Amino acid sequence: MNWGSWQNFFAMGGYGLYVWGSYAVTLIALIAEIVALITRRRGVIERLAKYYAARRRNHETEA
Amino acid sequence: MKRTGRFSWFYFSSPQSFYPLAGALQPWFAGLAVILCAIGLYISFFVAPTDAQQGESYRIIFIHVPAAWMSMFLYLVMGFWSGVGLVLNTRLSSMVATALAPTGAMFTFVALWTGALWGKPTWGTWWVWDARLTSELILLFLYIGFMALQAAIDDQRRADKAGAVLALVGVINIPIIYFSVKWWSTLHQGASVSMTSAPTMAKTMLLGMLIMALGFWMYSIAATLARVRCVILERERQTEWVAAEIGGQA
Repeated sequence: MNWGSWQNFFAMGGYGLYVWGSYAVTLIALIAEIVALITRRRGVIERLAKYYAARRRNHETEA
Repeated sequence: MKRTGRFSWFYFSSPQSFYPLAGALQPWFAGLAVILCAIGLYISFFVAPTDAQQGESYRIIFIHVPAAWMSMFLYLVMGFWSGVGLVLNTRLSSMVATALAPTGAMFTFVALWTGALWGKPTWGTWWVWDARLTSELILLFLYIGFMALQAAIDDQRRADKAGAVLALVGVINIPIIYFSVKWWSTLHQGASVSMTSAPTMAKTMLLGMLIMALGFWMYSIAATLARVRCVILERERQTEWVAAEIGGQA
């Protein structure tokens, strides 16, 4: 498939809005999920670190 | 846990042993996903020819069909692990089912969105209430319902059980989606690729679509493994090994 020019490539034979609208939203959905996963992992580790720190403090005061 | 000499699949059914395995495998699946999607996109835009009937608008197929396949396949996998968790009471199975749902919902949304953008230029409408489109929309609601139900129940075991029942009942929707274009007269076209007959599309188009599907598949595995690791940490926080794991991280 030879598009000739970038202009033709982006125009997608007049269907640019539909084709790029599909690919752009798919890309956004994938990136959003990846960002959500990274944020979730950071959040979990941060929350649990606080949780264990609090638990340790409680044990120390009890003792 | 002590490892015995013989390899056992049950070894990895414990969250403690699966957690590092998932962490070790995840980058490989992520890497494969990137490579396959790059090759798939190249074929989709630079190798596959223009469609005689639809012009360039058909190029939406390279994400639409793989996303739709993944949306159905991931639901079946989610239903399977839900069922295993329900019957065998294995904690990890339920965690995997929980981890699959958001990725499945994401691909269902992508299938619906790209379908709307493909429907407009080819059918003249973004949406019709035909059997294929409606049953795929129900699939999205099933995923959302599964996640909402699990999130709404505080007791984790009860949340897993309730979610599993919902997931298993919802499995009936998958053959309905798949065969909807055969059973009812729909605006949506029939399958271009089926298990019983030769594909009715150009070889390079088919190749691009299959490679994109493989890429989405690898992505789904990578995302699910990453998510199941978060779920394991959250649910197993009372165990010594998670405390040690977090201690090493912080």
